[in-house]
Amino acid sequence: MSTNNDAAQLATLIQKFNEPILQGWFEQLKSKAMTFDSGAGDATRKHCAQFLSLLGAAAQRGQLENIEGREWDDVRQLLAEVSANRARQGATPSETAIFVFSLKQALFPFLRSELEKQPEQLASATWSITGLLEQLGLYTVQVFQESRDRIIARQQQELLELSTPVVKLWQNILALPLIGTLDSARTQVVMENLLQKIIETGAAIAIIDITGVPTVDTLVAQHLLKTIAAARLMGADCIISGIRPQIAQTIVHLGVNLEDVITKATLADAFLIALERTGAKITVDNKG
Amino acid sequence: MSGYATPAFAFTPNLLPIAGAVVQQSQTLPLHSDEHVVMLRKVVRERAIELQFGLVDQTKLVTAASEIARNTLKYGGGGEVRLQNLMIGLKAGICLTFVDDGPGIVDMERALTDGFTSGGGLGLGLGGARRLVDDFEICTAPGEGTAVILIKWKR
Amino acid sequence: MERIPILRMGKLLLVTIQVDMHDRLAMTLQDDLTDRIVKDEAKGVLIDISALDLVDSFIGRMISNTAAMARVLDATTVVVGMQPAVAITLVELGLTLTGVKTALNVEKGVALLEKSMRR
Repeated sequence: MSTNNDAAQLATLIQKFNEPILQGWFEQLKSKAMTFDSGAGDATRKHCAQFLSLLGAAAQRGQLENIEGREWDDVRQLLAEVSANRARQGATPSETAIFVFSLKQALFPFLRSELEKQPEQLASATWSITGLLEQLGLYTVQVFQESRDRIIARQQQELLELSTPVVKLWQNILALPLIGTLDSARTQVVMENLLQKIIETGAAIAIIDITGVPTVDTLVAQHLLKTIAAARLMGADCIISGIRPQIAQTIVHLGVNLEDVITKATLADAFLIALERTGAKITVDNKG
Repeated sequence: MSGYATPAFAFTPNLLPIAGAVVQQSQTLPLHSDEHVVMLRKVVRERAIELQFGLVDQTKLVTAASEIARNTLKYGGGGEVRLQNLMIGLKAGICLTFVDDGPGIVDMERALTDGFTSGGGLGLGLGGARRLVDDFEICTAPGEGTAVILIKWKR
Repeated sequence: MERIPILRMGKLLLVTIQVDMHDRLAMTLQDDLTDRIVKDEAKGVLIDISALDLVDSFIGRMISNTAAMARVLDATTVVVGMQPAVAITLVELGLTLTGVKTALNVEKGVALLEKSMRR
């Protein structure tokens, strides 16, 4: 079967010309400025060597058409590692695919010289090997995307957790310390989360502390007010604390109406009010 | 199917920013009784869940639908509502078109102002419903009936 | 015809709304509640809406009206268990339910009612 022949050809080729092919390949990668690691290409060299040897081993098992087969498991595994590695280092998907594609240029001179007297075999082998390397190159792109998607999803989750820390200060009292710039979308998520936590903990009062928020625009102010109105409808109350002078100015400028809302300069003051409201009290024991 | 006079039911795409949308799962429900309104709420909720709308967006859309459905029933003398799923590229949305053959709305400005507690406006809840959805169109003329289109997109 | 059951707990009336109410049912509830406040000499009404995933302007007005009528009859009304999505939607609709006290759950609602009934 012709592909078996081609597979055998590839295996033999790699066996016979391992070193020069590696050298040629590495030169190709260097010329495209694609070695990517700080160890002057050491890691890349290692990857190339491993890949070539696994490629030869897989080719020996007889078929070049389907890389999903068991014989190609090791090759796919290695490519997945290389791909994930590059994704972490900030490479683009095509740069990673080119890692595989540039092997073609290193292989073909040797293929030509071995088969120059057998043009049909040469044509067939060229065709099969090209197809194989294309599949493997595309595989790296696929793995790259999947790995990037996972990184992004994880980062989004971490970001969300960082930005929605609802703290139970005391029985019936929650605090939501907001940090960083608030945009409309983020504010909505954070506020919905607060309302949910109010239900879950049965808190009567939620303190929204905006000490860590540099600026507040109309949209964000409106979201804040809507959240407070919603909390009231549900049966809880809100206090805004940590309003810095600049934000106070902005709020007045924007004409935002904070008449029905209790506002305090510090979280501590807000906490005291909340304690009062919920019927608790702090007493200081002067004995110590 | 529909003998309604208002042109909106012919669904002209340039009425709203939905040119190029693929329309799927078109369904028409009657609005002639209280039970029909309850049924509509259920169907809209199911559609929104199917398209994976967030809970708050689901609630907003169903509430808006309930408001307009009630108007159609009480002030429009009954009518119909057409439900459609829209797809523009990867963006999915639900479009609701309400029509009736009633007296139409004479004072649009008043109708769109909120009037729940103050008693001003016409208490039609149109202004509120508009705030709950992304795209809102109303087409009406005295003696010719009314059509209201609501669209909410999945965020 | 279906009716929403009203339970009595001492001087309190307790209503749990668990179905998607159509307008007629809501009006019937409003009438029934007003009747019972008079008949049972109730001083407090607790309306539990924790099972409602939708409150539109009609139901909102029904609740406001019920509270207003109860007040005229010297009874306090507390609404408990509003879901966050419902609260957010009501705020957007512009329905403020003024004159209606709210609490997070039945326990807090009863506490609130008892406090206001003691005055």
